[in-house]
This record gives sequence, C-alpha cells and structure tokens, in this order.
Amino acid sequence: MTRQMNTHAAYLDPILNHCQCNVHDLLQILRQAQEHYGYIHPDAIDYLSEVLALPRAKIEGVASFYSLLYLKPHGEYRVLFSDNITDRMLGNIDLMNSLCSQLWVEPGKVSEDGLLWVNTTSCTGMCDQGPALLVNNIAINRLTAERVSAICELIRERVPLPSWPAEFFAIENNIRRKDILLNSDFESGSALAAMLQRGALETLQEVKISKLRGRGGAGFSTGSKWEFCRAAAGEQHYVVCNADEGEPGTFKDRVLLNSYADMMFEGMTLCGHIIDAKKGFLYLRGEYRYLLDHLQAVLQRRRQQGLLGSNILGHAGFDFDIEIHLGAGAYICGEESALIESLEGKRGTPRNRPPYPVTCGYLNQPTVVNNVETFAAASLVALHGGAWYAGIGTEISSGTKILSVSGDCERPGLYEFPFGVTVAEVLADCGARNTQAVQVSGPSGVCVAANEFDRRIGFEDIPTAGAFMVFNQSRDMFEVARNFVQFFAHESCGFCTPCRVGTSLLGNMMNKLAQGHGSPYDFAEIEKLNVLLQSTSHCGLGQSACNPVLDTIAKFRPAYDQRMMHTEFVPAFDLDHALSQARRMTGRDDTGAHLERDHDTR
Amino acid sequence: MTQDNISNPTTFMLDNKIIPFSEGQTIIQAAMAAGEYIPHLCYNPEFKPHGSCKVCTVKANGRQAASCTQLAQADMVVESNTQQINDERRALLQMLFVEGNHFCPSCEKSGNCELQATAYALEMMSPHFDHFSPNRPLDASHPEYLLDFNRCILCSLCVRASRDVDGKNVFALSERGIKTQLIVNAKSGKLGDTDFSDQDKAAHVCPVGVIIKKRVGFTIPIGERAFDVNPISVSPHPVKKGA
Repeated sequence: MTRQMNTHAAYLDPILNHCQCNVHDLLQILRQAQEHYGYIHPDAIDYLSEVLALPRAKIEGVASFYSLLYLKPHGEYRVLFSDNITDRMLGNIDLMNSLCSQLWVEPGKVSEDGLLWVNTTSCTGMCDQGPALLVNNIAINRLTAERVSAICELIRERVPLPSWPAEFFAIENNIRRKDILLNSDFESGSALAAMLQRGALETLQEVKISKLRGRGGAGFSTGSKWEFCRAAAGEQHYVVCNADEGEPGTFKDRVLLNSYADMMFEGMTLCGHIIDAKKGFLYLRGEYRYLLDHLQAVLQRRRQQGLLGSNILGHAGFDFDIEIHLGAGAYICGEESALIESLEGKRGTPRNRPPYPVTCGYLNQPTVVNNVETFAAASLVALHGGAWYAGIGTEISSGTKILSVSGDCERPGLYEFPFGVTVAEVLADCGARNTQAVQVSGPSGVCVAANEFDRRIGFEDIPTAGAFMVFNQSRDMFEVARNFVQFFAHESCGFCTPCRVGTSLLGNMMNKLAQGHGSPYDFAEIEKLNVLLQSTSHCGLGQSACNPVLDTIAKFRPAYDQRMMHTEFVPAFDLDHALSQARRMTGRDDTGAHLERDHDTR
Repeated sequence: MTQDNISNPTTFMLDNKIIPFSEGQTIIQAAMAAGEYIPHLCYNPEFKPHGSCKVCTVKANGRQAASCTQLAQADMVVESNTQQINDERRALLQMLFVEGNHFCPSCEKSGNCELQATAYALEMMSPHFDHFSPNRPLDASHPEYLLDFNRCILCSLCVRASRDVDGKNVFALSERGIKTQLIVNAKSGKLGDTDFSDQDKAAHVCPVGVIIKKRVGFTIPIGERAFDVNPISVSPHPVKKGA
C-alpha cells in the first residue's frame, strides 16, 4: 500500500510530523495513534513501518510490550480495574464482577458487540481513594456499587467519555501532613535565580552539602550523580525525571505533579544547567495520562516566563527545555535503564550495567535520572542552601520523605515527615488501629510486623520510595504476598530466564497453596525459588520478586501453615475437581462418581 | 593449587585455574579461549553478548554475575563449576524446559541441540517444575524452513543474526513476561511472507530446534550427531554436520 493510499495517514501524519518522524518517539507515536483509533490497526503499522523505516515486527514487539497498548480491537470502552492489594481490600473484584454481570461480559474478553473490554491492571496509583479503575486510560476513583451501575448505564448508552459526570474524574490530593516541601510557598524561578546568583558549580556544591539522596528508593547521592554526569564526556547530556510511579501503593508523585510541578521542573532545569544538558524528559506513567494537559500547560507557562527555552532568565547560553514522554503500562520502566530504553522508543528491557546512565544513558549519552521528589527537593536546596537541608532528618538520611499512606487507616493520603520518623508515629498520625503489618516501599520493599513498629524510615533502617500500606489484624498476609507475587509475574519484562519463568512459577505455587493443595514440599520449593531469583535475575524486579513471600513467611508463618493441608506432596492438578463438570452434566454426586482420595474437598 | 599473591594484571582465577585475558574480554570469552567450559545458551562467540539466559552465571569475587557480560578483571576470583552454581544452572534449564514444549525423542534437533546437550552436561534428570504447556502453533509456510516455536528459549540469537548480520530483521520478540514470544516480520506473521532464506545467518544460529530445514530431517541418525559424538563441555560450538 502506498503512502498516499493508506487510510490511516490522515491521523498518523500530524503525529509523525509533530515528532519529525523520530524513531526514538515510537512509543509516543503508538500511544497517540491508539488514542485516535482505540487500538493500533495493522494497516497503521504498515504505514508507520514505511514512514519510519522500521520493521513491522519491531513495532509490534514494542507495542505488545506495554499493557496499555493494543494490537487488536479492544472495544469502544476499555475498563481496567486497579488490582493492588488495597483495591482488593476495598472490594474491587466484587465491583468488577458486578460490572461484568450487568453488561454481560467476561473479564478479559472483548464483548461480542465490540462495546467493551473489562480486565484488571496493576496499581493505578489511587490507593488513598480506591477502588479505582481506568476507562480508556482515564482514572475514575472511589468506586461504589452505585457508581459502577452508573458507569454500566453510560457504557450501555454509548455516552462519550467527555460527557460522563465530572465528579467521576475528580482526584483528591489528600495531603495530610506537610513539612518543608509540601509547605513551601515556592515561587517559580526563585531557585533558578538563586543558582544563577550563586553559580552552577557552587550550587552543585550545595546539593552535595545537603546530602540529598535519590527518592526513588535506591538512595544514591544526588550531588555525586550530578557531578559524575557533569564530568562524563558526551556530545549531549540529558536530564530525565522518572515519573513512572508504578510501585504499588505509591502515589506521592501524582500529587507533586498535580500541585508542585513547578518545583520539579525547576529542579530539572537546575540539574540541566549544572550538568550542561540542553534537554530534559519527564517520563510520565501512562496511568497518569490525565495529568498530561496540565503539565504541558505548566511547561508552556514556564517558557513564557523565561524559565525554559533559550537564555533562561536572561542568562546567555543557559538553554534548556523539557519534553514529556508517556509510558503505557509497564512497571519495569521505573528501573532507570529500562526507562531510558522506553524513552528511546524500545521495549522496556533493563540494560546490562555497567555502564550506568550517568556515563551512557539516553542515546548512549551521559544522563541523570532522578525521581520527581528528588528534583523538587533539589529546588529547595538551591533556594535555602545545603546546610539548611542537611540539618533536617537524620545524619544519614537528610531532609524529608513523602509517604503515600493507604490501606487500613482513617486518613489515607500524603504524609511528609523528616527522615527518622518511626513506623508507629506514622501509624498514629494516619489513624491506624489494630495494625498487623505495614508494607513499606511497596511489594519490592519490606513487610514490617507489629514488633518492629519502632523501626525508622530512612536509608539506615527502612529505605522507601514512599509506599506505606497498612494491614489490620483482619487481613490475611498470605493473600497480600500472593497479590504482590502476581504483580511481579505480570510485570516481568521477560528478558531473563529466572524472572520470566520464575515469577510465574512462584505465582502458580502461591495459587496452589491458596487452593488448599499445599504441603511442606511446596513450601521448600518456594524457598528454593526465592534464592534462585535473588541470585540470578537480571535486575531488581526479579531480585525483589520474592521479598513479599520471604518477609511474610518469616513474620506471618501461621498464614502459610494453615494452608499446608497435606503432609505429603499433592499435585497442583486436582483430578477429582477436573471431573466436577462431568458430574454436573450427568447429575451425579455419589461416591462412585468421585476418585478415592485422602481429603474430600467437595 | 597454590597462588603467589603477586598481582598479575592479565589473569584471573577460574575454579583454581589461572586464566589469561586481554582488556575488554568477558569472563566467558577468556575462559573459552583457555579451553574452559562455562555452560551457556544465549551466548554465541560470533555475537555481542546478550546476558538473558543466565545459564552462564558464575560467582565473581563472591557476587553472582552472567559471565558473558561480566568483564574479566585482574585477579578476579571466579567460581563456576561448584555444586551451588550448577544447581542453579540446572534449575534455570528446568525452567526453560517447562516454559516451552520440548519432546527430545521426536525432535529433529536432538543430538545437535544445545539445550539438550547442556542439560546432559549438568545432569538434569527431570523437568522438576510443573509444565506450562503453552499452545504455540507451528509455521510451515516457508518452502525451505519450518518454525517450531514450542522449542524457543528466547535467546534471540536469530533476532540478532537477522538484524546485525543479514540486515533483514526477520525476527523480533513480542509481548513480555511469561508471554514473551518470537514473532516474524510479516503482516501475516508467517515466515513464508518474509525474505528469509537458507543463505541467512539467522537460518543457522538457533541453539534449539525452532528453525528447522525441511527435507533433510534425520539424514544424520540420532547417535551420530555433534553432541552425541562429543559432549558440549568438550566442544561447545561444533560445526554441525548437515547444517
């Protein structure tokens, strides 16, 4: 098919022209193409393949990697229920089943009339106001039976999304405790002016003095990272802000992006001047698509204010601008090298490291990748100085940390505390009662039991990217771990054998226990698999996929013991259960219609 | 073996053997040059290391790493042929066996298959884990070649060969996680609709039995094939007869 003849050219050409047919924008092109059509049409791939000179298998390979992109029709309405454990605790599965039965669809299958598709998705970052869903990638929160019924009616009547009630799409900030960052009356441009007055190198020195550490969880020194990158040789340097907030239970970046975007963009701009970068990227998770227009508007205003673009604040040669890239449903892209691959329009597979992004990042050029909160904090450091910042928090963990509190508590939302706060203090502040456990820093973090609530949030004790999920005594910690294991299996990129196969095996083993077929043998198998995943996986996802299981086995052993129904090994496949359909068809349920077995689990 | 503690900038220790290396060589490259076998599947000396199968995992200075991507360093102490590491490698092989559908007795690649040969080398006696038994249709659309995706271990050697050597991009990986699969660069998804040919490097790099040449099956009887003659630990990359 020639270029002119392709019927998809009408909507693809403006998208392609906007990015000047840059193959590194492939993911952005695919995402926008889908917004026009609801899925990526095979003929559209023909056209993109021709114009971008990319093999179609490569385009299909990229598109199919991301769970929010579709290569086949997925219905006019694509309804994805957030399936974090906090959504589960608020009854998301019942609500999804209710929606499915009202609209006569099965989860995971497009309805026969092509009207809708219903499924679950990984945490959408709305844990403080769940249960949540995405409809055509736009967030709806605080689901109730009434709201679900109203959604069914709107879908049945084919009401276009912009005409749905506005309150469905309302998203709260839920800021419960403010400290230096959330309390700051930050004026856009003030930190840049402070830097220009002080000098770039001197400002870098202040960042080092502040002892600011990365807020994405790993806690690398921000000053050192910027210094290494500045010193690294390259044709261009790049600044990347990681707003791929995919760790289940984390939602603080959403609020920062919504209400503190200037502070973050200013931090990126500071970094750009210090490492001599001309370009920055904000990598925004696809689930936060609704924030895109707002963020673009902030960038546009900052350009008008002379805070982005050429000769920033009149300073000759200070040129820097920021582009927003959207993800499309891949937790792994929160890993910095996978994020860079994704920015380059590829599958989000973590790279072999070293080299690290500071020397070999975006387009193999020196690149700083920092979290949203890190850049916002850097603005405060530039404004108030490193010593001021280092004086807050603890010796090893300076400054404050914003926690995303959700689960069993009266006041879920954002809590900013100086580092060093104890788990118990946070629990008291958020109104948690009869707390059994707290999962700090999401599934890849640690599960803290009641006897450890005097432990402190900080790099010296419990490092965290921000998630703080509370479980009271009524919760089954085995089910918590099982939810997290399924999350990892769903989000594994599939590159390395141990993670690709191991996370699914682990998920199946946990399912086997949940179905009552567990024995000490399975328990030993789970422990062996944990060791293998930790030692041989390619990146942190596989290495930490077992953490929730190891933690809950160590701290909540009875939750597992009660599932050891058998003393000897029992296969996961239950032959007697497999015969149940035949029994129903023949109307028999006598002993002769059952296989002889030790435990009758009819 | 005793080791004098004089720092040598060009050697490292592999299981108590001194292995010379040159700047920029990975552990597996140096080891293989010295005639030492480290089990591997996605690594092929003709291609840039990939590091995905993890079968070549070793313990380098106490830390586990893929020896195909880990650069050799002076005086590094590398453990490879140990009970713990071989147990882990065996578990990784078992994962590859249960992930796909591998029926060695009826497979035309038997005896020339690196997965099978490595499993023999590591004395893998059973698949151990529950089979996933995926449903993966064959592609017999090409006049000269058959694709049996059931045996794919996602090493991506064919992807790399077709892209980097043949300049054709016939293959790519799609989906992710346990659903990751090899796809073919055609709208129909069929190999017959691509420019793939017997002359392609990609036609001859598959370590397992996915890319199978038609009409020559079993011309060399099982029992006389490459790894039937020499175990993979002795001859990891033999020139396979009939290839």
